[in-house]
Amino acid sequence: MPTLGINGQSRDIDAPDDMPLLWALRDIAGLTGAKFGCGQALCGACTVHVDGVPTRSCQTFIGDVAGSEITTIEGVTGRVAETVQSVWVAMDVPQCGYCQSGQIMSAVALLSETPKPTDDDIDGAMSGNLCRCATYHRIRGAIHEAARQLEA
Amino acid sequence: MLHHIMSRAAAKTNVRTSRRGFLIGAAVVSGGFAVGFRAAPAFAQDPVPGPINPLAAYIHITADDRVTILSSQFDMGQGSYHGIMTLVLEELGARPDQTDVIGACGNIPAYGNAAAGGFAQFSGGSTSMASSWDRYRLAGAAAREMLVAAAAEAWSVPAAEITVANGALTHPTAGTASFGALAEAAAGMAIPEASALKTEADWTIIGKDEVRRADSASKTDGTHPFTIDVALPGMLTATMIHPPRFGATVRGFDAAAALAIPGVRDVVATPRGVAVVAENMWASLQGRDAVTIDWDETTAETRGTAEIMALYRDLAAKSPAATALVEGDSAAAMSTAVRTVEATYEFPYLAHAAMEPLNAVARMNADGTLEIWAGHQMPDLYQFIASEVAGITPDKVILHVMKTGGGFGRRGVGDADVIVEAVATARAVGWSAPVKVQWTRENDMKGGPYRPAYVHTMKAGLDADGSIIAWEHHIVGQSIMKGGPFEAMMQDGIDPTSVEGAQVLPYAVPNRTVGLTTTEVGVPVLWWRAVGSTHTAFAVETFLDELAAAAGQDPLDFRLAMLGASPRHAGVLRLAAEKAGWGTPPPEGRSRGIALAESFSTFVAETVEVSMSDAGPIVHRVVCAVDCGIAINPDTVRAQMEGAIGFGLGAALAEEITLEGGEVVQANYDTYTPLRIEAMPTVEVHIVPSTERPTGVGEPGVPPISPVVANAIRAATGKPVTVLPISRGMSV
Repeated sequence: MPTLGINGQSRDIDAPDDMPLLWALRDIAGLTGAKFGCGQALCGACTVHVDGVPTRSCQTFIGDVAGSEITTIEGVTGRVAETVQSVWVAMDVPQCGYCQSGQIMSAVALLSETPKPTDDDIDGAMSGNLCRCATYHRIRGAIHEAARQLEA
Repeated sequence: MLHHIMSRAAAKTNVRTSRRGFLIGAAVVSGGFAVGFRAAPAFAQDPVPGPINPLAAYIHITADDRVTILSSQFDMGQGSYHGIMTLVLEELGARPDQTDVIGACGNIPAYGNAAAGGFAQFSGGSTSMASSWDRYRLAGAAAREMLVAAAAEAWSVPAAEITVANGALTHPTAGTASFGALAEAAAGMAIPEASALKTEADWTIIGKDEVRRADSASKTDGTHPFTIDVALPGMLTATMIHPPRFGATVRGFDAAAALAIPGVRDVVATPRGVAVVAENMWASLQGRDAVTIDWDETTAETRGTAEIMALYRDLAAKSPAATALVEGDSAAAMSTAVRTVEATYEFPYLAHAAMEPLNAVARMNADGTLEIWAGHQMPDLYQFIASEVAGITPDKVILHVMKTGGGFGRRGVGDADVIVEAVATARAVGWSAPVKVQWTRENDMKGGPYRPAYVHTMKAGLDADGSIIAWEHHIVGQSIMKGGPFEAMMQDGIDPTSVEGAQVLPYAVPNRTVGLTTTEVGVPVLWWRAVGSTHTAFAVETFLDELAAAAGQDPLDFRLAMLGASPRHAGVLRLAAEKAGWGTPPPEGRSRGIALAESFSTFVAETVEVSMSDAGPIVHRVVCAVDCGIAINPDTVRAQMEGAIGFGLGAALAEEITLEGGEVVQANYDTYTPLRIEAMPTVEVHIVPSTERPTGVGEPGVPPISPVVANAIRAATGKPVTVLPISRGMSV
């Protein structure tokens, strides 16, 4: 039974060590913001931060992240996250919205590391996040706009 | 049984023919079986004779001043709820911040698709705004009048002296009251027979973008509830094992090893495969890997796509089995042509691959009602099928219409697939717990149904002036409607979804024949965003570039010369060309293409700038012009065009489902590859100002993108792209 640090709280997770973090978050911790899309770390819908690093929770075993600080879309805070989320809403980026938790977690990590990302930076950071609605045009624009607002 | 019932019911109904035939067909079929039972409303009033009370069926206002709009139209991300909210708010006078939209069903007179005659509730063919345009504006206006009547009565003042704005009613001397304070009284007022609607000059919300989508915030902070997020007390989660080949059935299975896994509760057979029922998803997935199944493949499809496509090529070279169109005498005219051009086009099976893998939650309640949470795109049909699976009457089935993580057609299925699985699994465990069936990506990718594969052959003749004087088009592939609840829509063996976009052309082309050979293949097929036009537009629009080249004409001029009687088509084509700088040299290293398609009565032209790299074509810029009548939400129109372009571009470049020995090769997003951000071009969308009634925007952005990219590649390389995806077509 690993103890995980999730969104600033210590949680005992009654599950085997080889349970993927995604299912521990969703089915045991009741945090459903991270989504299941592929189960193979191919689509990014399950992206969370593990010690600040964007991580595909569907391919991360809970036994391997005991002691790490896990942040999900429900717990992501700070100026970068708030800016990204407000720009996302202002630009109506989401369509179906299913992938957007993962998109935002990747975008927040990108802007935390790279305050003024180029298009290539965005491609590199966001390529692992599929959006079947193809909201990419707005995602790209929203990241640039968030960067602009964060610089101001 | 079900199919028989629905076919019989449909046969009794007067089928209206239409170019957008499948919509009418869906409605007729659904409407047929809807007769004789009364749908159980989840949130709405029972359907009753007489006028529909807008404050019961469409708009709920509660004492706490919340306004809840009940949407007849399913939202898979395309923004139908936003459109409907816009229509209601324009007339009602409520504030956006007090308003929500939820899905409703179970009241065909109120929710039947008005764009298809109202016989049943469904979303499809990009009809949601066409269906809602009058209905929801009238609902808002009538509700406002009933609120005013209630205020007039309460205050003993003339109704004409009461004004409505910002969710409140005001009288110069009697004072002011919120909607919530008067809602109960208003709901009992006489229902207006006819309400006057605002004219365009008075619109403050329709056609503007000030009111934003109500769901963007919850889709940005992780709180938006999808079916996968439904959690009920005691709920169990089941994953499915489907047949490895289409048409195989379960002969038997050994669940001992699975049942030994902690958390696995049961392993049960359903009509569609074996369900592994567990306490959570991870236990179910582990259990799934431990089940051994003996499949009966006696009737399974064992061909691969190589054999299927070879068969199609043979068939395409022969005379069509059925005739979809004859105008003039193509054979005679062809014989007089100074030049003929021929082409063969090949299209793969395509997966919807929506981000949220299919799911449904079923719960049998103590009172004998069965609740089902799912993406109920065709709720009347699903209610009926679910009742059959559960062994109860349809009025006991309560559907909760969930917004879904994408759809693209995949949630509108004639057999209610995942809903059947959820109900059958819950029944198989003795209704002992609510059951969520959650597909994996592998279930989704390997399970179909798919956009059908097709082969087209085309031949056209040009006269000495370079004008087309003869046109012969033969389409070979499976029917989407045949053998399902929509079969009644087929006429003379022609599935309208196989030939839409090819049968009727906006171009003035004389002496035209369109033939269809419908194949029998055991691979399940379904509509896929923009349906028939996903392949017919490619064939027509790339072939036109072949003909323009043969005629020595510019592709734009060549098209415009044939669009004299199609002003809206010509309008978008000219607008896209103008905004793209057509006729000026493209940027260094790039080539341009142009293409046009009407689908579902919306007109879209797209241009692209493409460069060629060792890894294939790179699409840099797309300029899109769209005429969808009145743009209710211009930003939603833009969003849908952007998204449709990305969706269609991914398919054009690299998506295909292939089979080997009857087994689907692709299992996940590593081998079935939708567009990713690095391949997304810049997109500019230009909306044609219009006073025409609104048409849809969810699908029509898709059809032009694959031919326009092919046309730009042709412009760069001199070689036509005739096989999709382009990744395959450029390697052969």
